[in-house]
Amino acid sequence: MEYFIQLFLGGLTRGSIYALIALGYTMVYGIIELINFAHGEIYTIGAFTALITASVLTLYGFNEISILILASLVAVIYSSAYGFTIEKIAYKPLRHAPRLSPLISAIGMSVFLQNYVLLAQTSDFLPFPGLVPEFQFMKKYEHIFSSTELMIFLTTSVVMIILTLVIKFTKIGKAMRATAQDRKMAMLVGVDVNRIVSITFIIGSALAAIGGVLIASHIGQINFYIGFIAGIKAFTAAVLGGIGSIPGAVLGGFILGWTESFATGYVSSDYEDVFAFALLVLILIFRPAGILGKSKAQKV
Amino acid sequence: MRKLSEIKKSFLASIWFMFLTFPIMVIRVNPIEKVVEWRWRNMVFVGVGSFILSFVWRYMIRQKESGLKKNRADDRHKTPFIQRVREERRLFIPLIAVLSVLGVSFPFIFSAYQVNIMTTALMYVVLGLGLNIVVGLAGLLDLGYVAFYAVGAYTYGLLNHHFGLGFWAVLPAGAFMGALFGILLGFPVLRLRGDYLAIVTLGFGEIIRLVLENWNDFSFGPSGIANIDRPSFFGAQLSLQNATVYIYFLMIAIALFTVFVVNRLQNSRIGRAWVALREDEIACEAMGIDKTKTKLSAFALGATWAGMMGVLFAAKTTFINPASFTFLESAIILSIVVLGGMGSITGVIIGAFVLILLPEYLRAFSEYRMLLFGAILVIMMVFRPQGIISNVRRTYKFAGINISGEQSK
Amino acid sequence: MKSTVIRLFLSLAVILSIIIAISCTKLQSRSIRVGVAGAHSGDLASYGLPTLKAAELVVKDINAKGGILGRKVELLVEDDVCKPEVATNIASKLLSNEVHVVLGHICSGATKAALGIYKESKIITMSPSATNPQLTQSGNYPNFFRTIASDDAQAKLEVDFALDILKLKKIAVLHDKGDYGKGLAEFAKEFLDKSGRAEVVLYEGITPGAVDYSAVIQKIKNSEAEAVIYGGYHPEASKLVMLMRKKKMDTVFISDDGVKDMTFIKVAGEYAEGVYATGPKDVSKNPLAIAAADAHKKAYGSDPGAFFLNAYAATQALLNAIEKAGSTDYKAVTNALRTEYVDTPLGKIRFDERGDAIGVGFSMYQVKNGEYAEVK
Repeated sequence: MEYFIQLFLGGLTRGSIYALIALGYTMVYGIIELINFAHGEIYTIGAFTALITASVLTLYGFNEISILILASLVAVIYSSAYGFTIEKIAYKPLRHAPRLSPLISAIGMSVFLQNYVLLAQTSDFLPFPGLVPEFQFMKKYEHIFSSTELMIFLTTSVVMIILTLVIKFTKIGKAMRATAQDRKMAMLVGVDVNRIVSITFIIGSALAAIGGVLIASHIGQINFYIGFIAGIKAFTAAVLGGIGSIPGAVLGGFILGWTESFATGYVSSDYEDVFAFALLVLILIFRPAGILGKSKAQKV
Repeated sequence: MRKLSEIKKSFLASIWFMFLTFPIMVIRVNPIEKVVEWRWRNMVFVGVGSFILSFVWRYMIRQKESGLKKNRADDRHKTPFIQRVREERRLFIPLIAVLSVLGVSFPFIFSAYQVNIMTTALMYVVLGLGLNIVVGLAGLLDLGYVAFYAVGAYTYGLLNHHFGLGFWAVLPAGAFMGALFGILLGFPVLRLRGDYLAIVTLGFGEIIRLVLENWNDFSFGPSGIANIDRPSFFGAQLSLQNATVYIYFLMIAIALFTVFVVNRLQNSRIGRAWVALREDEIACEAMGIDKTKTKLSAFALGATWAGMMGVLFAAKTTFINPASFTFLESAIILSIVVLGGMGSITGVIIGAFVLILLPEYLRAFSEYRMLLFGAILVIMMVFRPQGIISNVRRTYKFAGINISGEQSK
Repeated sequence: MKSTVIRLFLSLAVILSIIIAISCTKLQSRSIRVGVAGAHSGDLASYGLPTLKAAELVVKDINAKGGILGRKVELLVEDDVCKPEVATNIASKLLSNEVHVVLGHICSGATKAALGIYKESKIITMSPSATNPQLTQSGNYPNFFRTIASDDAQAKLEVDFALDILKLKKIAVLHDKGDYGKGLAEFAKEFLDKSGRAEVVLYEGITPGAVDYSAVIQKIKNSEAEAVIYGGYHPEASKLVMLMRKKKMDTVFISDDGVKDMTFIKVAGEYAEGVYATGPKDVSKNPLAIAAADAHKKAYGSDPGAFFLNAYAATQALLNAIEKAGSTDYKAVTNALRTEYVDTPLGKIRFDERGDAIGVGFSMYQVKNGEYAEVK
């Protein structure tokens, strides 16, 4: 039983990580129907910026808490700026292009950013400081669930709730939903679509940066390639939950995390990814729009 | 006055990029030694570079927009250059003549390396044309095409290793295995559309690779299969130099064969059915086209070429392991199709040459190679989103009757 | 119409002449050309770039002293991204550029693919990092040499250490599913099974780059293994060790020379304490090794990466053999490689008939106080 709980908690951590990144995918997809392959690289950039900021601050003798806050803040600001710029350069001119062109542009952007980080920084793995402080009350449970893991889980939950509320109740949220439903109509009723798309990219990138900081302090090291694999997995999670749906992305993340964790625990980690993808195929066969996705009525 | 605002815009862009690249480009930390290195010189480069580039960027965007307007205005009078080449015999025949002379003499003028990469480019032409059936014609986004490539390669690798079967015997078998796996993938995903299909195909491609990587007894795992025979020439084994040339000509023959078949396929009943399915599934079914059969045939026929190329790939490199069949490979083949122009055979051919030869010639820039490759993909898409050669829709005209109703799209 | 024809032919002519120009750039014919092939971009770049830097440093040194045999040494650098098909392409490219010897490739798979081509053209190839046993043991590649021990030798050492010195009974064998790691793990498992003295309670591959390894860690814990033998590189190893220690597990961790790297200790920090890793015989006191690392720090501002010393030694061995042979003739150089000892950061080495380095001994290390100390 203890083994089961441990695997469950491990899956929870992994799932939270996927979910945090998947939220960005799902938001962008919901609005402009683009698989933003460069999203994983935003996460890398977030982690790198945080590492750089943290190192510089340590040098100037800041204390731990202020380093955590400042580093996360800088990471969020920079990732958002990158997300914003990428959209303006690589996707906005393609708003009216054939459907697959932005996808290729996204793949190109992903390759570009990966190599940009590689060239400007380093190809080696860099140790990432454990930015999250160890909570006193967690001391007893440290061997099953660490403070960082708790932090990751809490952040994901809080972010999901805030995001859902924002989209449901605020003006921007309404505009986002309107844009997602019908871009032309939204424009006609006075929604500044370009602004909404930019905001979506900024929010999505900020989430990726938070994910980057938390995961990096959990794993303890980063390099320029971390975003690619995490990105693909997160995208899988987003589709699993029903792409375009925010609770769906989180649910998809958790399901994927648990699948991998249990597959590793009870079968073999050789095939953990095979299990993950096989599950995806199975779910999509029975629910072609993902678990929480609404299958759109076809317009004839 | 306009000049001034232009300069202001560029100035702001340059400030923005200096801000953007500041932490990554300027600061380099060594967290182990606790040293921070400030590289202010990079900031100057970024500033000046983005100042100049933003002028170029805006100029090109303006060019593109005015080009679009002009195109719309005199759409009917100007057919695209490539199409004109194809229609005018006076251009077409000399062009073909020059290309075939060039093709035949190529291995005798250039070094083995040049011949090698040309063979690789030709292989990607065929792969692109195969994927074009699935993506370009039938409109099914496939991100796991490389799986069939792997299936073909391992078919030859394993049959050759265990039973010593030769290249020619396995070539059709590879094609068949490709088709079989195409159908295998096709069945579960029939109901999916759009990007759901994309992620499932991506998963399928990964599953195949992971199985090859983990199932040691079957596939020899990550250490791969070495010493695979090169294609024999009427039973004789050739030296390395001759084999390179031989595979090159073989590849030219296969590429021509593919172009021929795909061209015929496109204009056949089933080809029309694919296009119809891409345009409107419901209308297509209403016209009495069997959706299941049409989709499966697209998957199967697309995968056939990948299977065949897999066999050739194994024969050319004489060594295979799962590392050659990653998602990035699928992405590159897809880029060929989209960059060249979806659904256009000439486009895909040009796309393959550009995308495969470009990184090779970019080797001169060594470490900046992949950076440039990514940038070029983005720039190409931004300024030519419809691909190098956009697929011209078949239009029928009645002579003498003035058609005034504009075709939508 | 006419202008279109002309334009078409003109552009064709331009393209053609560019291709010819590129392909015909003749290199300085008098220099000694060393091809450096390996992954210089992509996810495995961190294993290929240190080799390139090592080669650059050695060559800079030698050229500053006037080259060898009165000729300058020139490096031809090619990136194979560790992919077999790219490796064959660049192998033929290096041949077209008439290289004399090749330093590379980095990954065993790419090496195997390219070796067939080098062999036919009688080009000596020396890898600092390709450890697949078949490369030397199959006897298929007489032109191949390496400055690193093969997987089975390392696995044997690890298993013997675990059985004879640590006297362990239950062992988990893990690998990173890669060519190197999995090959090593298979040998380790085989040796353990054969010995009959210990039980392999777990045999698993982990996915490199995965965001989290807690599940595997729990599995190790659940299997009650006393030790983990891990085949793979340091990034995954440090993640595993850190997670294990954070979960308060004191399982012994034994690994290979992909882990015996200072980066491992620096990344894993305090958690690295007590980890065992096999590696080339202690070279930390070797003045040449210290000098090489210092030169790297001076030139690139950072500590050298993976296989740096192996690559440094390989470059020196190659150039030394050419000097001793007095020419770049295949037979003479091979002979020199097999007979002449050369002083390198790895110690005094020469090569045996199969191409493995003699003098590159292996020993077991343990992390103590943030440094690898040889276990005697």
